[in-house]
Amino acid sequence: MNIQFRESQETASPLTSKTAIADCDIHPARATRTELYPYLAKRWQHHLEVYGVHAYQGMMEGPPYPKAQPNASRRDAYPPEGGPQGSSLSFMQKQLLDRNNVQLGVLNPLGTGQGIRNHELSAALCSAINDWQIDKWTSKDKRLKASIVVGNEDGLSAAAEIRERAGDKNFVQVLLLSRNVEPLGQRRYWPIYQAAEEAGLPVGVHAFGFGGNPITPSGWPSYYIEEMVGHSQCQQSALASLVLEGVFERFPKLKMVMIEAGFGWAPSLAWRLDKVWQRLRSEVPHVKRPPSEYIREQVWWTTQPMEDPERREDLFDVINWIGWDRLLFATDYPHWDYDEPSRVLPAGVSEANREAFYLGNAKKLYGIA
Amino acid sequence: MARHVIAPVNELPPGTRKLLEIDGRPIAVFNIKGEYFGLMNRCPHQGAALCEGPLIGLAQSRDPGEIEYTKLGEIIRCPWHGWEFDIRTGQSYCDPRRFRVKAYPAHVEPGASVVKGPYVAETIPVTVESDYVVVEL
Ligand code: FES
Repeated sequence: MNIQFRESQETASPLTSKTAIADCDIHPARATRTELYPYLAKRWQHHLEVYGVHAYQGMMEGPPYPKAQPNASRRDAYPPEGGPQGSSLSFMQKQLLDRNNVQLGVLNPLGTGQGIRNHELSAALCSAINDWQIDKWTSKDKRLKASIVVGNEDGLSAAAEIRERAGDKNFVQVLLLSRNVEPLGQRRYWPIYQAAEEAGLPVGVHAFGFGGNPITPSGWPSYYIEEMVGHSQCQQSALASLVLEGVFERFPKLKMVMIEAGFGWAPSLAWRLDKVWQRLRSEVPHVKRPPSEYIREQVWWTTQPMEDPERREDLFDVINWIGWDRLLFATDYPHWDYDEPSRVLPAGVSEANREAFYLGNAKKLYGIA
Repeated sequence: MARHVIAPVNELPPGTRKLLEIDGRPIAVFNIKGEYFGLMNRCPHQGAALCEGPLIGLAQSRDPGEIEYTKLGEIIRCPWHGWEFDIRTGQSYCDPRRFRVKAYPAHVEPGASVVKGPYVAETIPVTVESDYVVVEL
């Protein structure tokens, strides 16, 4: 008799990659609706109870498209103690950090007070979420670092929030979203870039957000799958705006991170920008160098959702253009399009590039020793 | 091919599944309307525990606007990225040529036969009266 079987408690395949990695896009969630109240003045608690939150998006109770899985999250990511996916530190430690040997995890909270019409409420909620990130996450696990969430539509209050957090080692970047009221290069957002540059903090632009504009440049599509693809279109116009409004020229030490919108499109956008810039340079004389130069010098890219072309050589061509020193590995935990660290990079990558991809680039960019 | 007794039939009613580890392999056994199917509980895409996903049907379309929804309760949807697999065969629907989950034959045997066989599981007290779900590995 050599039969052994037991009830399986498995939530995913066993650890295959034991090398330390960084995860540059983790989404912590609140366990309850009122979890931020301890960090909010009474005045705003009452405001939320009476008026709720008024976003730029019209006629909106929730996200405009239903997501593929509950809370757009992995179905195995519900914490055992209850609450939404991503709301339990201990479960995140077990399911993500320990299992994958994550040495640096960058938190990007979503749905937190950005893109709200009432700018005072927006600023109060963002500040609350930043306190909450320290209290609930970064002070409890040194591997975790927070992004400073700012009331993006009001550049001045956003800059004030950045200055207040500058120098606090709990924070490693400023967080913006790709969909805003205007393209991200516009002047209303400049105080954010100025404050971030002064503080030496990269600005991460995460796909998503509600700016009140249709989800694609050609209007409202029928399907969620079109919103998913639309993230990269949106990020492309945000990046073009940053280049062409001269943000990189004005803030030469500014570092931008493109988060969760792919990177396969980077070369073609840069080539196109360079070509039209040669012909229309006089329209934007403040853009002093070919657009691709700014992009290659001042932009980093998180990997999730990792590009997955049929021919792996195509992927390497793209990465070679972007630079192996510019990619930051990310899982997007606990969201449903999570990338498994051991499965995203095909064989045939040198040890040095692998190390940079999984850990080295992130540590350098975020200043982690 | 070893055979493994995994449960008395009344512990695996129609519409339910049981996740197990047999010889170190994660396996799920499903009861679909009285038929039994075994499937490797590991998604060939990125390795999620596939069989923790929901059971759905198969949406197909001949023409835009015409949707046929069949195989209700026979398609497992991965809890991570939502790839769909046929429980009967392990076939994938988004990339059938490259991806398939390993399927293991499962069926019911009467108690009398499992007691006699060389494949009686020690952890299940096998009685002659009941029928048992058996997986071949
Ligand atoms: S791991 Fe199952 S669909 Fe990706």
